[in-house]
Amino acid sequence: MKTPASFFKTLFLTELFVGLAVTFRQLAFRPNVTIQYPEEKTPQSPRYRGLHAQRRYPNGQERCIACKLCEAVCPALAITIESDVAADGTRRTTRYDIDLFKCIYCGFCEEACPVDAIVETRIHEYHMENRGENIMTKDKLLAIGDRYEAMIAADKAADARYR
Amino acid sequence: MIPEFASNLLSFLPEWMQATTWYGVVALVLFVSIILMMAFLTLIERRVIGAIQARIGPNRVGFKGIGQPFADVIKLLVKEIIIPSNANKLLFVVAPLLALIPALCTWAVVPFAPNFTVADINAGLLYILALTSAGIYGVILAGWAANSKYAFLGAMRAAAQMVAYEIAMGFALVGVVMAAGSLNLGEIIEAQSGGHFSYFFWWLLPLFFVYFISGIAETNRAPFDVVEGESEIVAGFHVEYSGMAFAVFFVAEYVNMILISALTSIFFFGGWLSPFESWTWLPGWLRAPSFIWLFIKVWFFLFCFLWFRATFPRYRYDQIMRLGWKVFIPITLVWILVEGILWYYQVGPWAAA
Repeated sequence: MKTPASFFKTLFLTELFVGLAVTFRQLAFRPNVTIQYPEEKTPQSPRYRGLHAQRRYPNGQERCIACKLCEAVCPALAITIESDVAADGTRRTTRYDIDLFKCIYCGFCEEACPVDAIVETRIHEYHMENRGENIMTKDKLLAIGDRYEAMIAADKAADARYR
Repeated sequence: MIPEFASNLLSFLPEWMQATTWYGVVALVLFVSIILMMAFLTLIERRVIGAIQARIGPNRVGFKGIGQPFADVIKLLVKEIIIPSNANKLLFVVAPLLALIPALCTWAVVPFAPNFTVADINAGLLYILALTSAGIYGVILAGWAANSKYAFLGAMRAAAQMVAYEIAMGFALVGVVMAAGSLNLGEIIEAQSGGHFSYFFWWLLPLFFVYFISGIAETNRAPFDVVEGESEIVAGFHVEYSGMAFAVFFVAEYVNMILISALTSIFFFGGWLSPFESWTWLPGWLRAPSFIWLFIKVWFFLFCFLWFRATFPRYRYDQIMRLGWKVFIPITLVWILVEGILWYYQVGPWAAA
């Protein structure tokens, strides 16, 4: 039922003017929230789960002991591991592949790893140009680990006190 | 009616060619400046709506995105124009031109500055009403010729909306004509001289609102853009158009926006008159009528177009019809009556006349 008050409210467009005031306030007084991506970036957490890497001990020995816990826990079945006894008698992987197209970046492999060998770095700007480049082989993973060891170690240290 | 310097410059030509050349040049300059204004309006629209939505909008092409309109034009130019196989080819091609040409022709009678109108005709207001109504043929024919049901629905909506709002618009202008006592746009402006309280805006406030809102409806802008209605009928009458054919519709829409803004400032805000005319303590150049005032007023109304688009959700179709027929037409009729009474008792800016 229309009351006289609501009739005049409609006739004088009061609610429309209220709406206009809201948009004008945003236009004139409030800042834009846009981040202009390549120049500006949003802050990242040390826990960010991006591209994978395999780490080494400071003496250069690779950490991975081929326990296959990551392969077992991986919900997307993205990890394939084959292992053998190395020349020095230790148990080592002969093959460690992560298929980035299968990987869902859940971070379970990182959680499962008893020696902190497989980690997810904060690198998220990477691409593939050819078929097959989505398979991260052991060499590629170790190369990434070697290149970004300082960053990975810093991120792990920052997160350590919450674990 | 050629100015002195032009007839001196063109004195080597026969007399009939002098006029033709002069008006040709004037028309060309006018055309180019309106198209440029329209191009930058598209950029400003995207930036303003972006700012209202807390984002930036296009700012990559050139300084602050200045080059964006030109990038868009180049993109549209190189795209293929697809003519649907079951379309009426002649009408399909002619329709965009039917939308654009009346929109541009209307500018002939718009007074830009004191004593400068391309065609200073006495029935200028009738000419404008006739041509803006003719522009809708482009939309209707485009919808029909494309042989697509969405386009057809859009065209039917456009037709119904136009009929409803043309009447309200016409009645609002009847009020202006009553107040000014003339159909000539220059004389309508001069009738408003003598300080901003003699602008028709104050005395014809309801008619101003009716006229401007009807103008938004006429140009099919949000919140009255059911003709395009992305969510229901894809893009309405121009679904089947691509490339430059689409761009011509786009240009027509924006030129019409600029036109409605110009006409609103002429009919209700004194066109090229200075808003500070009666403030004698201000320096003379601020109080003198000039093109700049019209320009500022036009951009204010263009900003309102963008502001409304970013603020209001689209009207439902039956609400549009209700607003047009059951609200605007009674309001205009009542106010014309009130204006008649004011006129009879000689209250208002027309008292001296």
